[in-house]
Amino acid sequence: MNNANSISSRRQFLRGASGFVAAGLGSALIVPAWAQEATSNAVAAAGTPRGGNYQNILILIELKGANDGLNTVVPYTDPKYAEIRPKIALKPDQLLKISDKEGLHPSLAPLMALWEQKELAIVQGIGYPKPNQSHFRSIEIWDTASNSDDYLDAGWLARTFRSAPVPAKFAADGVVVGSNDMGPLSGLGVRAIALADTAQFLRNAKLARPNQDTRNAALRHLLNVENEIVHAAGKLNANYVFKTEFPKTGFGYQVRTAAQLVASKAGTAVVRLTLGGFDTHAGQLGTQANLLKELSEGVVALKAAMEELNMWNNTLVMTYAEFGRRAKGNDSAGTDHGTANVHFLTGGKVAGGLYGQPPQLNNLDGNGNLPFAVDFRSLYATIIDQWWKADSQVVLGAKFAHLPVLKT
Amino acid sequence: MLALAGYTCKRYLQAPFVHATVIELSFKISVPYRSEEIIMSISKLVKSKRWIPHLVLGVSIVMTVLAAVFASVLVALVLPASNTFAASNSGAIGADAARHLLSRTGFSTAETEIAKLAILTRQEAVAKVVVPADESALLPRPAWLDEKPLTQKSLAEKTREAQENYRKVNNEWTMELRDWWVGNMLQTETPLAEKMTLFWHNHFATSQQKVRIAHLVYAQNSLFRKQALGNFGTLLRELSRDPAMLIYLDSVNSKKEAPNENFAREVMELFSLGEGNYTEKDIKEAARAFTGWSVDRENGKYMFRRGAHDFGKKTIFGKTGNFDGDQVIDLILARPEAAQFITRKLWREFVSPTPDESEVKRLAIVLQNSGYDLSKLMVAMLSSDAFFAADNRGVLIKSPVEFVIGMVKTFNVKPPNVRPFVLQIALLGQNLFLPPNVKGWPGGEVWINSASLLNRKQMLDRLFGSEDRMESVMASMDALAEMNGDKLPSKDARMARRMERTMGGVHMNLPAVAKTFARPDGDAAMRRVVLPIAPVNAPRVVNTLNAKSDPMAASAAVNAVTAPSATGLGEEQALLALRHLVNDPTYQLK
Repeated sequence: MNNANSISSRRQFLRGASGFVAAGLGSALIVPAWAQEATSNAVAAAGTPRGGNYQNILILIELKGANDGLNTVVPYTDPKYAEIRPKIALKPDQLLKISDKEGLHPSLAPLMALWEQKELAIVQGIGYPKPNQSHFRSIEIWDTASNSDDYLDAGWLARTFRSAPVPAKFAADGVVVGSNDMGPLSGLGVRAIALADTAQFLRNAKLARPNQDTRNAALRHLLNVENEIVHAAGKLNANYVFKTEFPKTGFGYQVRTAAQLVASKAGTAVVRLTLGGFDTHAGQLGTQANLLKELSEGVVALKAAMEELNMWNNTLVMTYAEFGRRAKGNDSAGTDHGTANVHFLTGGKVAGGLYGQPPQLNNLDGNGNLPFAVDFRSLYATIIDQWWKADSQVVLGAKFAHLPVLKT
Repeated sequence: MLALAGYTCKRYLQAPFVHATVIELSFKISVPYRSEEIIMSISKLVKSKRWIPHLVLGVSIVMTVLAAVFASVLVALVLPASNTFAASNSGAIGADAARHLLSRTGFSTAETEIAKLAILTRQEAVAKVVVPADESALLPRPAWLDEKPLTQKSLAEKTREAQENYRKVNNEWTMELRDWWVGNMLQTETPLAEKMTLFWHNHFATSQQKVRIAHLVYAQNSLFRKQALGNFGTLLRELSRDPAMLIYLDSVNSKKEAPNENFAREVMELFSLGEGNYTEKDIKEAARAFTGWSVDRENGKYMFRRGAHDFGKKTIFGKTGNFDGDQVIDLILARPEAAQFITRKLWREFVSPTPDESEVKRLAIVLQNSGYDLSKLMVAMLSSDAFFAADNRGVLIKSPVEFVIGMVKTFNVKPPNVRPFVLQIALLGQNLFLPPNVKGWPGGEVWINSASLLNRKQMLDRLFGSEDRMESVMASMDALAEMNGDKLPSKDARMARRMERTMGGVHMNLPAVAKTFARPDGDAAMRRVVLPIAPVNAPRVVNTLNAKSDPMAASAAVNAVTAPSATGLGEEQALLALRHLVNDPTYQLK
């Protein structure tokens, strides 16, 4: 009930009375929410509430717009490659050879050290059945780990954390750096915060305050965000001074923010970074070269920072994107939306090497697109089961084969 | 007795001075306010399988009703006949509905604006807001628009410096266009036309980052404004020839031998039909129909390249003919799905996040039968019961443009120039002419995450908090940057710093604004101006002494000081109340 200092006016009297009304109603209206919560938790508990080794951190890097995999890891001995890409094929002598068939884009030179230390896994031919070629729909499929024709509301990480919860003492389940889109961290009340800069976040966080529950979805969202801010702000700090030098690029700055998060020991299971601009329909060569340079310099700095924090063995870095680009180049010296793609994993526990299936250039579909060999959900299953010791079948709704990309 | 309770719940909604929490909670049961409806909803709940929570809900409804009855008796006894905004005109919409209409269709919810609409009937009020832009009333456009556009092809030299200069100049010009547009939003007498212009910019999202040429950005914006409440068919046809769009979606080089599918795909997926209403084959065929729709690289004007156009037969949606782009658009518009798609998107923008499908179908027929007259659709949508329904108030999140322009106009903020607001809008995630991708800004809940919400609160704190705080924020930012040895902070951080500096000249006469509410009905009037629904934060009584040094404590303390006296709010109370209300989460809603 309201603590009215003096009941000196009619309205103040009314405040007191309505305070009583509010108290009665408030509790009554909140109950159904927790009752449902309790029910669904009970269901979850009856299933398999497994693990959650969240001392292991996952750092996702979204290559937004869809990086062209065929010019990232080039099958340089395949004569078909130059034939279908007359305007943008890279010459064999430009490439960084990693096998007698594959060569990396020259901008990836900084990653060669990781490759030689056998800490870089390269997975080729990643995709999914019945591929969708809309940026938005396809990234939604990746973010929710759905089938091509299923529509799921919650992201795959949100579902993972629902089935194997992140410790409540962690600052957040996940942190999104350099983007306003929560992607795989959307839905199910996952505790996700987005920030550009830790120090700025902390200064501003003083302006938020914890709040209660409501039925209005937009308002509920606002209240959730305020609560997440208050919780995270209690845990984060930006005090650690790195010896590692971070690249002076937008992505380098994101990497620095990610490193600072880990250094603050506040606890988070996932950090998602975003490097955009890969939608190279025209004039691809220069654009992609710059972006891959920015990416690889950032990844190398990330490794250095994690080693400095003695966290490299607890760090798994993975790139992803909505789809691959079309194998056949277009007339504008670019590439259109395609299907299968190549992605990278690195970390102290990564078993370096080539995985998946090299591009089958003689087996393109009617649109000039590549067939896929590795379902992207195999990567998710590997992370959920082997990195976090949770249960991928509960999260993904089906069993996906693991890839042996982690040292056992 | 249930009927009485329902009646009193309704009555609460109209009583401006009743405690905030009661208003909010009354909202929750105000829809089934007749006794039969309450009984029906309870019996439905009992029948449903997940009975545990629902049983509790049922009990809670009964408690709610009892509590509401109790409170209503108090109202009836203690506060008779104080409905301050009862309209003199019997069919008048009243102040709350006027506020709702303004917040959705305009920028300002100032008292003077509310007063103008409150006395009108629903039809009159809607007619007053659905008004196309008066081109003669726009701010003078930047002078460089009268010169030739700076295109890559028009560069005298092809040196690297010339190229960089071409980018720099066009970027600066685009910045001036943002000032111009935001300036128009601030001074316009036809805010809905500006909001619709922005709606089309988002719907047909085109980024200057790729288009580059500022003249083309302006031309597209003019097209959106001209057809803002005009004809959707005309808009779509002109858009398919719009140079900025042709460049953005790679149509410029699309030719018979190698049709580029990008525009054809987005026309169907994003602009007119939505996924699931076309096949991949339809896209391929439509792409052929648009081949040759191109741009003159020298002057940046639309041109049809005859030699590049595919004059052959195409089959689209099962119909075969030698279609060109215009005919593809005709085929699209003939389908009811197109009218429904646009109606649904406008519903999400203006009514609620969850379109009522039967209403969408009804309104889409209005749109299609009128030959895609957008003002007819908007009049029908804004006059609907659904638009004014209590459940649909305060359920949309303000976009950065609405948040910033709304604050400036409602509280009469006086800037030395508009640039600080342009930067602020960009910082909050809506950099005009630079949408993130072809789908535009996702909007809604995506506007609010921990970073953007804190930026919004920081801006509020800057304008409504004490002035010396800003200096200290800047000082700590710079000190931190030095400590970290930052040579190049993130783009966001740089923009934030720039904004901090530019905001220096922006002032609001807070005491003057507060003073207007220092009157007997000031409490309710202020709440109506500031918030779309009752505030969330429950009253807390704290030591008012702390309020001087700590604005957050001040906003908590406000409930102690706003305990109204017989003469209503005092000036100091009004000022604290204002700070409290803008910091409430519901301030982010419209």
